[in-house]
Amino acid sequence: MIKGIPAGRGFGIGAAVLYYETEDFCRFAGTRITEAEIETELNRYGEAVEVAFKRLEGVKAKADQVLGAKEALMFEAYKMVLHDPLFQEMVETNIKVQLLSTEAAVLEAVAKIQALFLALDNEYMKQRAEDVENVGGNLLEALSGVARPDLSCLDRDVILIAKDLTPADTVSLDRVHIKGFAIEKGGVTSHTAIVARNLEIPAVVGCGEQLRDIAVGQTVILDGIAGTVLINPDGALLAAYQEKQRRYTSQVQELKQLKSEPAVTRDGVQVELVGNIAQPQDALRVIENGGSGIGLFRTEFLFLDGAQLPTEEEQFQAYRQVAGMMGGRPCIIRTLDVGGDKQPKNIAIPEETNPFLGYRAIRICLNEPVIFKTQLRAILRASAFGNLRIMFPMITGLEELRAAKQMLAEVRQELADQAIPFDPELKTGIMIETPAAAMIADLLAREADFFSIGANDLCQYTLAVDRLNEKVSYLYQPLHPGVLRLIRRVIDAGHQAGIKVGMCGEMAASPESALILLGLGLDEFSMNPAAIPYVKQAIRTVTFQAAAAIANHVMTLSDPDLILAYLKEQCDVD
Amino acid sequence: MLTKIFTITSAVGMHARPAATLVALAGGFKSEITMRYQDKTVSLKSILGVMTLGAGMGEKVEVMVSGDDQEEAMQRLTVFFEQELQDL
Repeated sequence: MIKGIPAGRGFGIGAAVLYYETEDFCRFAGTRITEAEIETELNRYGEAVEVAFKRLEGVKAKADQVLGAKEALMFEAYKMVLHDPLFQEMVETNIKVQLLSTEAAVLEAVAKIQALFLALDNEYMKQRAEDVENVGGNLLEALSGVARPDLSCLDRDVILIAKDLTPADTVSLDRVHIKGFAIEKGGVTSHTAIVARNLEIPAVVGCGEQLRDIAVGQTVILDGIAGTVLINPDGALLAAYQEKQRRYTSQVQELKQLKSEPAVTRDGVQVELVGNIAQPQDALRVIENGGSGIGLFRTEFLFLDGAQLPTEEEQFQAYRQVAGMMGGRPCIIRTLDVGGDKQPKNIAIPEETNPFLGYRAIRICLNEPVIFKTQLRAILRASAFGNLRIMFPMITGLEELRAAKQMLAEVRQELADQAIPFDPELKTGIMIETPAAAMIADLLAREADFFSIGANDLCQYTLAVDRLNEKVSYLYQPLHPGVLRLIRRVIDAGHQAGIKVGMCGEMAASPESALILLGLGLDEFSMNPAAIPYVKQAIRTVTFQAAAAIANHVMTLSDPDLILAYLKEQCDVD
Repeated sequence: MLTKIFTITSAVGMHARPAATLVALAGGFKSEITMRYQDKTVSLKSILGVMTLGAGMGEKVEVMVSGDDQEEAMQRLTVFFEQELQDL
């Protein structure tokens, strides 16, 4: 068994097809030429560029059909690299001055540019270095006159084994017969991983050179969820995976049907299933997975990336972008929640012995009015472009809430005076993350428009456990009666005051705990978008009556393990 | 010469797609167009230059246009940075 990084969900079973280069291009590095040959080499280069360019045009045309115009732009970028003046200059200098052969000249230029990419501070951009290598590969291929094996038309189910797959390779894949790919190189944001996700083909990347032990034609099982590659399985293992494959496919189909269905129980009680996002582009995933809004838009990405504080304009653009992407669906924006494990370079946070109990989130904001008001202004301005709501994190008392609302009121007035539009109905809610807030939820409910329970932090603070501390993490149990009682208290207090209560935390994402939360009356479940279909299915399968009965029973139990076992049992029964 | 400062609004910064669009755009004008990020300046004729500049989302770049059609070019570039870029 070979272990790699899971890059495309699902299971693939097929015969191994090895897709390795027929030429080892590295042997060209350092081939020297004489001055007399410069002219010839420059001509070879010019011709190779045109051949590679034409080939890329063909690939791009195909990509336009198969992947769509937006994705196909990638090949436009490759074509540009081929004609890029910087690249051309580097190659020509290598030929004319360094007296390298065209192949070596290209390899050296590619290496230099790759180094430039790898020096960038951004994971996504670093992996673009491989794009440059691909263009180099296209050129070398054109120079060598070798044609690549055809993956676009196969006669049996295969698992593709390769060192790497270039964008050009993946465009022409026979999607009917290619059941998965196992790649030596690559990470989760590498091109292959992205394509695997888009084409919904199981894939495992980063497997390393062990893949070279696989012989052509051997049966291979690809587990894109666990990230493993199994070679030559016996009958029993094969049958087991065929079953897994069948179940997974039907599950995916079922879940796909749910996208536009509401999260409503069999006896007609509807709840909102929404997504947690950490950056604007994640909003698309919420919609793809059938979420009805965003329950938590974490804004820290704006503050954690650069050395400078984000300007109001930068923030406004990001919030507005999401508001637009979500259409009329509600989107809750959480104000800055840094401190603890999230340390921005641009805000003065002292060294603390207890960062989770220290200067963070709303405490920083109330102490840094300029930073806070800039964010509030940006959110308010963006509220004119969609259905936004604001949420304050880490509120522990009425005074804090009032102070935050006061600042918001001041910002509202400023914008009104400047005749800058914003949503006058903008709802303002708070996260309930501490035992104190949970205990005075009744008081807070009178002055907040909604609650969102931050289950992860509430659990930590209530149980006094750091879930990342291996010695005590066994004590971190969201289903601990102490935590459940606080959750119930918050939901009841909210409903008494006529406001809705949601939750954003891992608890809301698991079908088992969703059952009890549903039964306790939770109105909104916010989770990582990929979990939405699963929770939706769980909710649509039960009746609220049954969930309420289950919740009541659970509240009488005292052992978290028993509670979990009971919930699992209830889930299976349904 | 005209200069203007823009903020990068595309989610992953100046990656392949926006870089390609920007370079294609710039190529349509006669003016010399360059872009500066922190202390590095590149010509907008080079897609590699643009991509390896390393300008990420939220970062500021300064664009400089110089030539006969500089007004038109700067106008078009403004539309690109302020409206189109966030969707790429």
